[in-house]
Amino acid sequence: MSTAHDTHEHHGPDKGFKRWLYTTNHKDIGTMYLLLALGSLLIGGIMAFVIRAELFQPGLQLVDPNFFNQMTTMHGLIMVFGAIMPAFVGLANWLVPMMIGAPDMALPRINNWSFWLLPFAFGMLISTLFMEGGAPNFGWTFYAPLSTDYAPPSVTFFIFSVHLMGISSIMGAVNVIVTIFNMRAPGMTFMKMPLFVWTWLITAFLLIAVMPVLAGVVTMMLMDIHFGTSFFNAAGGGDPVMFQHVFWFFGHPEVYIMILPAFGIVSHIISTFSRKPLFGYTSMVWATASIALLSFVVWAHHMFTVGLPLVGELFFMYSTMLIAVPTGVKVFNWVTTMFKGSMTFETPMLFAIAFVVLFTIGGLSGLMLAIAPADFQYHDTYFVVAHFHYVLVPGALFSILAAVYYWLPKWCGRMYSETLGKWHFWLSFIGVNITFFPMHFIGLAGMPRRIPDYALQFADFNAIVSVGAFIFGMSQLIFIYNVWRTTLGGKGEQATDQVWEKPEGLEWQIPSPAPYHTFQEPPVVK
Amino acid sequence: MNRLGFSAVSAILFFFAQTSFADWALNLPEGVTKISQNVHGLHMTIFYICVVIALVVFGVMLYSIIYHRKSRGAKAANFHESTTVEILWTIIPLLILVGMAIPATQTLIEMYDADDAEVDVQITGYQWKWRYTYLNEEVDFFSNLSTPQEQIDNAEAKGENYLLEVDNPLVLPVDTKVRFLLTAKDVIHSWWVPELAVKKDTIPGFINEAWTIIDKPGIYRGQCTELCGKGHGFMPIVVKAVPKDEYQAWITEQAALQAAAREVKDMSFDELMTQGEKVYKTNCAACHKVDGSGMPPIFPALKDSVIALGDIAKHIDIVLNGKQGTAMSAFAEQLSVSDVAAVVTYERNAWGNDKGDMATPKQVKQQKESGK
Repeated sequence: MSTAHDTHEHHGPDKGFKRWLYTTNHKDIGTMYLLLALGSLLIGGIMAFVIRAELFQPGLQLVDPNFFNQMTTMHGLIMVFGAIMPAFVGLANWLVPMMIGAPDMALPRINNWSFWLLPFAFGMLISTLFMEGGAPNFGWTFYAPLSTDYAPPSVTFFIFSVHLMGISSIMGAVNVIVTIFNMRAPGMTFMKMPLFVWTWLITAFLLIAVMPVLAGVVTMMLMDIHFGTSFFNAAGGGDPVMFQHVFWFFGHPEVYIMILPAFGIVSHIISTFSRKPLFGYTSMVWATASIALLSFVVWAHHMFTVGLPLVGELFFMYSTMLIAVPTGVKVFNWVTTMFKGSMTFETPMLFAIAFVVLFTIGGLSGLMLAIAPADFQYHDTYFVVAHFHYVLVPGALFSILAAVYYWLPKWCGRMYSETLGKWHFWLSFIGVNITFFPMHFIGLAGMPRRIPDYALQFADFNAIVSVGAFIFGMSQLIFIYNVWRTTLGGKGEQATDQVWEKPEGLEWQIPSPAPYHTFQEPPVVK
Repeated sequence: MNRLGFSAVSAILFFFAQTSFADWALNLPEGVTKISQNVHGLHMTIFYICVVIALVVFGVMLYSIIYHRKSRGAKAANFHESTTVEILWTIIPLLILVGMAIPATQTLIEMYDADDAEVDVQITGYQWKWRYTYLNEEVDFFSNLSTPQEQIDNAEAKGENYLLEVDNPLVLPVDTKVRFLLTAKDVIHSWWVPELAVKKDTIPGFINEAWTIIDKPGIYRGQCTELCGKGHGFMPIVVKAVPKDEYQAWITEQAALQAAAREVKDMSFDELMTQGEKVYKTNCAACHKVDGSGMPPIFPALKDSVIALGDIAKHIDIVLNGKQGTAMSAFAEQLSVSDVAAVVTYERNAWGNDKGDMATPKQVKQQKESGK
């Protein structure tokens, strides 16, 4: 018994494919999540290229409108569910145990399963592109009845794949919560937890609350399509608007699921490179919690034009505007953290600063969208496309890139190339703004979203946007090369255990690279 | 000297603003209704507030980035909390928000007051066209994209109003409260004309309400703004606002024309073929293609098809009633009996289909009334 126990304690990773298939190690699983997210980012990015190539000039050049709709739909689904969410789960896997001084996640086998569901879910989703009738073409928001009575046959595979993603997310979220509640090092009270852990804890609760709602709405679709019910079919006594209510009850908290962990990441990075403790830790925690709570009562601001009664319209306008307050607190805290600091501008810091600036722009356009009478003009135009890409690309995605640069030396023990990192940053920063800033203008000038062809007055800006998208997309190859060269390529100088100048957190107390098993003995937090 | 420099700069800026605004629309239009001007005012106010907030936040940030950098020898301070400051930057934004909410609420309340309309128009969204029914008048018609397919396929130079032109615009009187009742036949669409600041979803099974009072005669263009399938980008809206008396004359004329079109008259084969080609291009070619080759498997070819070369009654039936569970919609309401007869005749005798037979308006009328 005791020998078996001993061998278990000391064994390293298995060799070859089995290591990855059977692994219950949080670092391995974190790596797999991150790689899956990178793969999705590339596939979703290629779809964005197809969209932008078609929109480069007026007229139909490359794809027919039906395929264009498949591209916009799949681009959205893959980026949201395949790139951003798994990337944050991957970061949580790597970092949460190391940040709270735990040896691993609390439920390692569930951890393995929640990852391995995803390749099948996305394999199935992508396979619909090759099916008769084509992939889902009803937008990532899949409004009924376009997604039920009028959908291609592949919608059933889409529903099944959403179910798998939902199961995976719920299990991942349960795991994060159980780990944080039970496995913190002695002395680490809740109000001493690093902000990334805090934001992920709140995100996990959001996931548990809303993923079942998503599962519910796709199940109702399934019933409507195959079993003769009429949840969303007006002719059978159903209600197409109910679809939108249920969907956005999931969808709005989902938006915060994709941004709260980013708040945590950016807080760590700004504090480290300003060489100053984070300003207003307590208010950060409360602001995160209030954003999460408010996210449950704002969903119908996505539906201002469906014909809500006046009182409903006013309620959702006010509640949405309210979100600006805690979000503002966060931005002010970051800026104040930088104020009177001693700043340096390594790649993670550059991405974090760009995050604060560009996320704020996305937040301000969000405030404009909250004003219901003005939203009647903005709704479903490129102004909205500009808004949510500002919060998701230079928002969520930049924070993920910043996190990878920041923690990569800890993960693999070597420094990435700072020169390449800076090239990556500046090209991304320029590309992202050339892509998404002009979208504000074409939206205000009247271009609806999700159209494959457009009137001539939108032509110049669309050409510029497409060029920007190309610059932004291609510059991600620098990132991939930089990560490859630091990890598998074996280049880059040895990282110290601290990596940066006096960063805060338990993860900087273990050696670089982080050993396969860390914190077998819990550290004591003072 | 300074003042001179300033005026020179502002003159240049103004010049650029003027020229570039003309070619590249950058902003919401002010529009031609009181509501649209209110909305534009609201939009600009909020925009300027956002710009000021951004300037303050980014200003402080930029200052820190320049002066508080390690390379300038900046030493980090150690402060990390201040309840006063935290309360201050919670309260101030809250007050700004209240300031924004008040005018927004007023405008919204106005927008929701659709009472006392003089003209009622029902707007119905179809895949991929609009139907305008003037309630209380005998006028009811469909409005289709009129940009030729050749322009979309880049075979011809694009016209000035590419994708924003229709065969039958919605004609409305100026200085009159017009109420729109919006619904849809198939999926959700959304009816938007920026110059009127009216955007409302048209939802099957629901009737939404909106209204407008147009101040200025003119032509105002818009588009469908809710993804509704393949033709979503190809169902524009054109509103033609005319003086009241002109509107009355138009209504009378339209009612007479439509009554005449409902009469069933005999047509020759050639007449049917000519009219059929026109009807086909407007209503069928988006899916079944101009040359009848379709886009299998979803949109089958009509050239050499079983239906177009089979029993004529079945052919008429599928055009009138559509086919359940497919994208083929029912055209009984959308086309007159002579249009159906024409398009059926055309499909049986075009692109190498050589049935040689024809459907007559009478036959279609009979079949329509018997309900088969």
